[in-house]
Amino acid sequence: MSDLTRMTIAEARDGLDAGDFSARELTAAHITAMTASKPLNAFITETPDQAVDAATASDARRAKGEAGKLEGIPLAIKDLFCTKGVLTTAASHILDGFTPHYESTVTSNLWDEGAVMLGKANLDEFAMGSSNETSYYGNVVNPWRREGDNRDLVPGGSSGGSASAVASFSAMGATGTDTGGSIRQPASFTGIVGMKPTYGRCSRWGVVAFASSLDQPGPMARSVRDTAIMLEAMAGFDAKDSTSVNMPVPNFEDAMTGDIKGLKIGIPKEYRIDGMSDEISSLWQQGIDWMKDAGAEIVDISLPHTKYALPAYYIIAPAEASSNLARYDGVRYGLRVEGKDLNDMYASTRAEGFGAEVKRRLLIGTYALSAGYYDAYYLKAQKVRARIAEDFKQAYLNVDAILTPTAPSAAFGFGEKGDDPLAMYLNDVFTVPASLAGLPGISVPAGLSKDGLPLGLQLLGRPFDEETVFRVGGVLEEAAAFTATPTDWWRG
Amino acid sequence: MGMIIQGATGDWEVVIGLEIHAQVTSKSKLFSGASAAYGAEPNSQVSFVDAAMPGMLPVINEMAVEQAVRTGLGLNAKINEFSVFDRKNYFYADLPQGYQISQFLQPIVGEGKIIIDLKDGETREIGITRLHLEQDAGKSLHDQHPSQTFVDLNRSGVPLMEIVSEPDMRSPEEAAAYVKKIRSIVRYLGTCDGNMDEGSMRADVNVSVRKPGDEFGTRCEMKNINSVRFMQQAIIYEANRQVDIIEAGGTVDQETRLYDPDKGETRSLRSKEEAHDYRYFPDPDLLPLEFDGAFIARIRETLPELPDDKKARFISELGLSAYDAGVLVTEKEVADYFEAVAEGRDAKLAANWVIGELFGNLNRTGKDLSDSPVAAKALGELIDLIKDGTISNRIAKEVFEEMFDTGKAAGDIVEEKGLKQVSDTGAIEAAIDDVIAANPDKVAEYRGGKDKLFGFFMGQVMKATQGKANPGVVTEIMRPKLDG
Repeated sequence: MSDLTRMTIAEARDGLDAGDFSARELTAAHITAMTASKPLNAFITETPDQAVDAATASDARRAKGEAGKLEGIPLAIKDLFCTKGVLTTAASHILDGFTPHYESTVTSNLWDEGAVMLGKANLDEFAMGSSNETSYYGNVVNPWRREGDNRDLVPGGSSGGSASAVASFSAMGATGTDTGGSIRQPASFTGIVGMKPTYGRCSRWGVVAFASSLDQPGPMARSVRDTAIMLEAMAGFDAKDSTSVNMPVPNFEDAMTGDIKGLKIGIPKEYRIDGMSDEISSLWQQGIDWMKDAGAEIVDISLPHTKYALPAYYIIAPAEASSNLARYDGVRYGLRVEGKDLNDMYASTRAEGFGAEVKRRLLIGTYALSAGYYDAYYLKAQKVRARIAEDFKQAYLNVDAILTPTAPSAAFGFGEKGDDPLAMYLNDVFTVPASLAGLPGISVPAGLSKDGLPLGLQLLGRPFDEETVFRVGGVLEEAAAFTATPTDWWRG
Repeated sequence: MGMIIQGATGDWEVVIGLEIHAQVTSKSKLFSGASAAYGAEPNSQVSFVDAAMPGMLPVINEMAVEQAVRTGLGLNAKINEFSVFDRKNYFYADLPQGYQISQFLQPIVGEGKIIIDLKDGETREIGITRLHLEQDAGKSLHDQHPSQTFVDLNRSGVPLMEIVSEPDMRSPEEAAAYVKKIRSIVRYLGTCDGNMDEGSMRADVNVSVRKPGDEFGTRCEMKNINSVRFMQQAIIYEANRQVDIIEAGGTVDQETRLYDPDKGETRSLRSKEEAHDYRYFPDPDLLPLEFDGAFIARIRETLPELPDDKKARFISELGLSAYDAGVLVTEKEVADYFEAVAEGRDAKLAANWVIGELFGNLNRTGKDLSDSPVAAKALGELIDLIKDGTISNRIAKEVFEEMFDTGKAAGDIVEEKGLKQVSDTGAIEAAIDDVIAANPDKVAEYRGGKDKLFGFFMGQVMKATQGKANPGVVTEIMRPKLDG
């Protein structure tokens, strides 16, 4: 494996600046790694030729002194972001052959800062899933395996391809989207950093919608600093997204002072769920100790409505999805299965085009919005959501950030939770509340399970206070000193 | 006057409520920058948002919001500073998103009222329930291919105002007057061109029947009626259909019906059981629509004088009859034309000329006011010639026809044709003397008390002067001579 793929984005940036290697060389090394990682199935579409062209152009810009924040950095793009002229699938059969004539705002921002696209990363179909087992293009495999066990594990989801690409050193970073934990949970499962910004920080324009009030693009990379660098490039107000917030984008990297003395870190008691494994609870305690050692003050807090978050989420997200996915009807683009009349064409197209999990959620969502059920389900869930947001608001009167585990377990095997949707949904128990409240959160790799699998800790911040999240995240990362990497078994 | 249907069991009253869909006058669509203009090549005005491409997001068009507020003010309605856009979910080939963005529980405009003008100057107040903003769908074209339907998305996303009335109307005439009044108001406001032919105004008509004084009956809704005449026909047919059902011992089913103008009947489109469950919920892609009192006040300042106020002013300040004032204010263009003619002149005379000669000639030639060969200024000049005694009223009518046909100025026509009125007392007196001398027996009769013969003498003098004698001068000189 080339050394060029083992660097962080920050290190590569310095190397490019110093002229130690070119963007072309850096990209070529990653194309080789991407090609070698095929067994992981992290990419739906690889774009090596475009990557080489982009890297060549990047070197030219750098030579002219016009280097952007991510100049020459090769990235994987979750295949939920529309990319002009490049197949965009949302990992669904129903978007067969769909090639957008437009570029999402977030990826445009990345290209404007000089980043290079390696390809489109696999994901759960329409980002619905926590294990990357629902993609029409097949499962994504986690680069990590249990010690002494050759069985494949899930990378988490829905940004599983992004996580797997970054963890396998095929890409220096990746874009993800997080609706209920889709950046943070796969980051935890693959031993990388995943950052979900505040809702409204990154534009959703050009991102295939799952649940509009929750979806938020964010960065995934191998260090907190790298996610800070990426987010700065991705974020910003976009007049084309009415829910995008018009606030200046701070220098997130500068926020990583390494000093958290006197900061108050909240530990929510409701996150000590029944049946929490010892290794998760001891990892959490370890995190608390690290915070204390760094001079932060630990404050026990209560977020009383936490237990209602998951049920509320699994009403709201499917309800919005049931409407957002109505446009995939076979009329204008993607898959069409002909029928004897219009309704038959709709039914056949959608029956064939959507996978089982997507259908399940569309049915749940349609039901939750139906006449006679709306008040009991959707409206009630929105009330719960308001309470959860209020819980956090109260907590943030006393603390600067909140520390929790990212997921209730390490990565699991394929099919282990496949036939029990509720067990699968429980994966999101620690990530969903912040999604409902629209808060920024980061998952930082903090230790290994007894089987030798990575485990992450989650830090949550106040709305639009990503700076504190990065600041505390950087300290947590340093204390955890997580250096383990997966063996590169996939190279055969 | 309400419409009464005399049934076998007694009199039936008709109850009508209307939902008018009015296309907002706006350059661009409600949630995209694509042009909202009518009549372009199919699918030439479609943005990625209008075609519901993946990842596309709506952004509200502020102009459309202003237009809705302006209309709300014109309907004397409550403006809601906080309103919400909802998704109305249903599948149709010309509805790309699979939902229409509309307003359900919290519309931008709440309750209001308008006055409708009926025959003989009678008026009635009709309640407005609400006005909300929504997107139009595209258009399915079923006649382009033997087995397939084509879809034109130019209209997809075009801003509409749905104006919902209370069930306050009691006859087809009232419903027609209501539509005409709404049309007049939105055209005054410049918020909708009111063009029913191009579909920029369409109505859904709710009709029920009841015995006077009873509770409302079950209503049927007739969708998408695009002419006032068809609407009236549909109401009459539908009301009679319902009376027949009830009197035969049946019950009216609540349903959506379609009016077929070719057959002159309504038929069932879908029953209540088949009605869509639209699964309304707030659109998470859009924030609630919020503005403040200053925004409303700024729009209020730009409101024009509306037809009711204008009518009142024409009556009180210009001394017009209620009928004339009502006719003149219906169309803003007519009112503006009239005011330009009446400016600094006898307003009643101006009204008579506009309503009588101008409208008559426009009708005769099938022209609109906008194509009138006689501009307001030109008609004003003609009236000035009458007022200053240059020509008589009778000659003026001839001059006007000439103006209308040739576009020439009144003064030029009078000059060319030598139509100037004779006020020279010497010439007139000579003509009078000749007439009196030639008709001694008539003079005797007149002096014997037959006053009406004055008209005969006037006619003779006019004949002698080819109609150019100033009638006032003739009267002044002739009367003492006849009286002897």
